[in-house]
Amino acid sequence: MGESIFSVLYKYWPIFLRGLLGTLEYASIAVAIGTVLGALIAVLRLSKNKVLYGISSVYVNVLRGTPLLVQMYIAYFFIPMAIPALNSIDKVYYVMLALILNSSAYVAEIIRGGINSVDKGQTEAARSLGMTASHTMFRIVFPQAIKNILPSLGNEYIAMIKETSLAGTFMLYELMYTRTLLANKFLVWQPLFIIAGIYLIVTLVLSAIVKKMERKLSVSD
Amino acid sequence: MIDDKTPLIETVDLHKDFGQLKVLKGISEKIYKGEVVTIIGPSGGGKSTFLRCLNLLEIPTSGKVIFESEELDAKATDLNRHRQKIGMVFQLFNVFPHLKVIDNITLAPILEKKIPKEQAEAKAMELLKMVGLEDKAQEYPRKLSGGQKQRLAIVRALAMEPDVMLFDEPTSALDPEMVKGVLEVIQNLAESGMTCVIVTHEMGFAKKISDRVLFIDDGIVAESGTPEELFEHPKNPRTQEFLSQVL
Repeated sequence: MGESIFSVLYKYWPIFLRGLLGTLEYASIAVAIGTVLGALIAVLRLSKNKVLYGISSVYVNVLRGTPLLVQMYIAYFFIPMAIPALNSIDKVYYVMLALILNSSAYVAEIIRGGINSVDKGQTEAARSLGMTASHTMFRIVFPQAIKNILPSLGNEYIAMIKETSLAGTFMLYELMYTRTLLANKFLVWQPLFIIAGIYLIVTLVLSAIVKKMERKLSVSD
Repeated sequence: MIDDKTPLIETVDLHKDFGQLKVLKGISEKIYKGEVVTIIGPSGGGKSTFLRCLNLLEIPTSGKVIFESEELDAKATDLNRHRQKIGMVFQLFNVFPHLKVIDNITLAPILEKKIPKEQAEAKAMELLKMVGLEDKAQEYPRKLSGGQKQRLAIVRALAMEPDVMLFDEPTSALDPEMVKGVLEVIQNLAESGMTCVIVTHEMGFAKKISDRVLFIDDGIVAESGTPEELFEHPKNPRTQEFLSQVL
């Protein structure tokens, strides 16, 4: 069996800490940029223009319907191959790109769902008062939709924290990558349990925060 | 301006289909300034759809809606300007839950008519006083009863100073004890000279308040007339049958 989990944790905690920070950093960047991008995609998905709707639907369906790992491989190997000019760019960015695009597709659906969940009567009331379409969206619909959107975004962040573990496959320094580092020191099983424990603590804490946020937001209903 | 001979709202051969379903099958009506018109008829007959066509919440499949001598066009930007003059009250109130009572009222006047905030709020307080809700101004709508929400919805529409008010079954979703207060507000409004078009199931109210009653059944105005003509001496067998069921 070799060393105990605790002695491995005691000896190598800076490695795990750096891994955790990497995980949080990648997940944060993916969800933050993914949210901006996702909001744009959601607007297209809600559009009455059939072309815009069609393009955005394909985008969302492809990114949600194929595994993130496959998307990462395509980004990592195919983009530099197809566009040789990009060869000099650090391949870390391709993996990040896959994470961001993947996240944007999920966020787009979260935002679209949040907007659709607002009672149609709200739009009708606003329009019947003579309010413009944009005032209706930004003053009436969106402030109500945000209550559904924010907790779901929190959950997307939690999901993304777990998803970034795939980035370790491409040598990005995140939590799962610490396994590779320590395997070189013949520590095979201990890091796995430490990694699992850290993921579990982080996701449980964040879930509790999301629940609290949900309760707070529902107060005015 | 609109004189007494020009209709405030006119519909010309209004048709509305929902897919295969033909809901309105050609309605031509004229509503004049100061008139109180109630619309009665069986469920699914097209009453609400007709009302919702008057401000183009439903876009007619064919036919015209003419408001203050201008044809309403769903694609034109000045539709918003026309809608400001057509107040609407819904069965399910549709108050804005994320805004305080007073902000429910002032939002549209401030945004769309560029009324200064203090002026809009003074007007809102006046309106709230009129319907007995002045002490609720700083509350959120969740604290209001159904009847209070509907009264709020009415004054929210009035704050835009409309030329006509449309009511889509304004008391159908209310508990019985709440109905009276809302009907009183509508009656006061009607008596003050506001043009009103009211879809309702309250036959007693329709009889008391209307200048004219339309009986809409199967997508057409099957019969219309004064309350006396329609309720006491209905000519159309369908009207007779309907009234015998509801009275």
